[in-house]
Amino acid sequence: MTDTAHLEAHATGHDAHAHHEPTGWRRWLYSTNHKDIGIMYLVFAIVTGIIGGLLSGVMRMELQEPGIQIFHGLAAMVYGVEGAAALDAGKQLYNVFTTAHALIMVFFVVMPATMGGFANYFAPLMIGAPDTAFPRINNIAFWLLPPAFILLLMSLFFEGTAGTTGFGGGWTIYPPLATTGHPGPSLDFVILSLHIAGVSSILGAINLITTILNMRAPGMTLHKMPLFAWSVLVTAFLLLLALPVLAGAITMLLTDRNFGTSFFKPEEGGDPILFQHLFWFFGHPEVYIMILPGFGMISHIVATFSRKPVFGYMAMAYAMVAIGFVGFVVWAHHMYTTGLSLDVQRYFVAATMVIAVPTGVKIFSWIATMWGGSITFRTPILWAIGFIFLFTVGGVTGVVLANAGADRALHDTYYVVAHFHYVLSLGAVFSIFAGWYYWYPKIFGYMYSEFLGKLHFWTMFIGVNLIFFPQHFLGLSGMPRRYIDYPDAFALWNRVSSVGYYITFVAMVIFFYATWEASRKKRPAGDNPWGEGATTLEWTLSSPPPFHQFTTLPKIDSTNAH
Amino acid sequence: MVTGQFAKKLGAGFAALLTMAPAMAVAQEVPQGHPMAGQVHLQESVTPIMDSIVAFHNGPLMWTISLIVLFVLALLVIVILRFNAKSNPVPARFTHNTLVEVIWTVVPIVVLIIIAIPSFGVLSDQLTVPDGQRKYLGSNIFSFGEVEVPAPELTVKVSGEQWYWNYEYVDEGVAFDSNILNDEQRPQIKPNQPRLLAVDNELVVPVDTTVRVQVTSSPSGVIHAFAVPSFGIKIDAVPGRLNETWFNARETGIYYGQCSELCGKDHAFMPIAVRVVTAEEYQAFIGAFKESRDYQAAAATLPALN
Repeated sequence: MTDTAHLEAHATGHDAHAHHEPTGWRRWLYSTNHKDIGIMYLVFAIVTGIIGGLLSGVMRMELQEPGIQIFHGLAAMVYGVEGAAALDAGKQLYNVFTTAHALIMVFFVVMPATMGGFANYFAPLMIGAPDTAFPRINNIAFWLLPPAFILLLMSLFFEGTAGTTGFGGGWTIYPPLATTGHPGPSLDFVILSLHIAGVSSILGAINLITTILNMRAPGMTLHKMPLFAWSVLVTAFLLLLALPVLAGAITMLLTDRNFGTSFFKPEEGGDPILFQHLFWFFGHPEVYIMILPGFGMISHIVATFSRKPVFGYMAMAYAMVAIGFVGFVVWAHHMYTTGLSLDVQRYFVAATMVIAVPTGVKIFSWIATMWGGSITFRTPILWAIGFIFLFTVGGVTGVVLANAGADRALHDTYYVVAHFHYVLSLGAVFSIFAGWYYWYPKIFGYMYSEFLGKLHFWTMFIGVNLIFFPQHFLGLSGMPRRYIDYPDAFALWNRVSSVGYYITFVAMVIFFYATWEASRKKRPAGDNPWGEGATTLEWTLSSPPPFHQFTTLPKIDSTNAH
Repeated sequence: MVTGQFAKKLGAGFAALLTMAPAMAVAQEVPQGHPMAGQVHLQESVTPIMDSIVAFHNGPLMWTISLIVLFVLALLVIVILRFNAKSNPVPARFTHNTLVEVIWTVVPIVVLIIIAIPSFGVLSDQLTVPDGQRKYLGSNIFSFGEVEVPAPELTVKVSGEQWYWNYEYVDEGVAFDSNILNDEQRPQIKPNQPRLLAVDNELVVPVDTTVRVQVTSSPSGVIHAFAVPSFGIKIDAVPGRLNETWFNARETGIYYGQCSELCGKDHAFMPIAVRVVTAEEYQAFIGAFKESRDYQAAAATLPALN
């Protein structure tokens, strides 16, 4: 379909190369190039991912045995206090760790990796665009993230509760724990951090929506657009609609804290539950924001290695639209225990269960894509198959939790922790690694080691399941979330879970070694290392692609582009 | 039944299979009111509400999700074995199959409706305070309700504080605080009660009696959540709001729960303990409490706890 485009892209690409390519720090700091910005997002997500992952490691070490082992010592070191004071500060510090872990993973790892890294790099390539619509907005969207992250890190060093630093009220920042419960300025830093990260995401979303709606190559109608581009389009709309609500909610929180308003203060006629509604109106779409780009990536990977086109393309695209739409009307299923009336709970049960239908369509369509295929088990599809299975496990526990009647027993227990880590830590993160191995040869021009990639996969698969599967048991038997210490009955599964963390840690070491090894060995990948199954436009370009691609736009003929 | 379903799910390739044996032994024991070591299932029920939650979870929900996971796993295994490059060198080119697509859209809808029927019943029971007439589902979640529950005879107001609970017998006008027993106190006072669950003063209620629970939080405090797993109740304690739930426990004993909404540094250290006693014991207790307005003196009328 695009043989000529391929050649032209090369020729013109190299031409542009000679004239415009900046070098040194200017190339990155001033970058308006979607691919360079995409790489910066990925590097950013790796750096923040290390921090977020280490935070959870300290938590798992603490929870490995009943009693408080780590945090009172940590608090003693940080604050120079001893005895009971160290214990109290340690308990608060644990909450600060859980909060920081969540905020970092959500806003600074998964979102930058998917919507920042992969979406920026590959959405324009897949639709045959030379760059994004607003390259300078792209630049500022990325460069807002490091200051946002620095503000979040700074929040750890400013007073939260009296005598301790950092905010320990959970990523959900519910008042009054986030107002009167944390009088120090720490949370103000978190709020500013989220504001800036939100602005970054909204700018990125506007850029991607405009790019995808206006800059598709001639002949590429929306219904011929690759599914990853579809997933990015849907996700960008979710960002555009959800983040302003978060911005409103945290601004109200900020004024409640500092300027005497009383939106959420019960003693002055406000209502803390209002904040929860606003937060989850953002928060539920947010979880789809984290997973939808993964859906798109998995579709391409499954099709590529099965050497077979995506099954049910239209259903796949509109399933994502449906998930995105319904995702906006289910928010209060996070609030079944707040005292919502029976009718409201009934509505949210029904609406939430609806989501299982388009999600099922996606799972079955991925399997149908592989059905009849001729699969070569390279590293990316291992991650993709792992994703499909683990996302199914996380999905079905979501159906359990959707039922308010059953959620009564499971709300705010480790069952919920297990559920959302199965869809995020095992779902979204597996899709990120699938995308990483799939596109690594394209981005960097070198092949990774299949052996190391597969070793990484299997180690991580075992590790994360060992962490999170036993947490279902903890939740069913009643262990609440966000606990630094637990009754001795919960010791066994907590220990298993902590062992799983260490295995996952080894998996991450393998990942970094594999990345280092690939950059060291410099095995040329070629334009398309995956063969005939890889049909999207990025595989028609060189690896890495020229600095500016598609200076003559590719023409999409009537055969399917996806 | 519970463990059997779990075994199915575990069979889906997870590593924790080996450790099932102790959990299966635990399932046979009498209600303890607290989790047991290595437990993998919901806590034992002593109320009609928790009966319905257990039946709903262990029945329709566990069957459905286990079968779905096994089905998807089976499909993946078939795909891996049959449609790899060696076994199937020439890939098919089909991209649609309307019949299959209709089936995998319609069948989940039907399954969800089947789940929704008991789900709505279980939910309605939880949120409807008994009036003496209404029948409750209990274990038979596909019935129209067959368990009779009397109207509330007793109202307890629970207030979450940082970090303990305050209980008020509303009709009697007496209240008390309930604090965790720390590691120094517990071995001396109640050595046989579990660590992190044992409290100084339990909420004492009569058996086979419907208790209305009003839950709130200190006006200047933060949100907590009042939860007792064996009763199947969990409801947020929100400053400025008065939430309501209820229970009717059929067995005497001590039933433990833990604060279930993040409330600050001692979130993990404000357990909930409800002591269910016989009607006679309760009368003696509440009479003594009203008279002396001293919880400890009233509790002395009950059999000693250790």
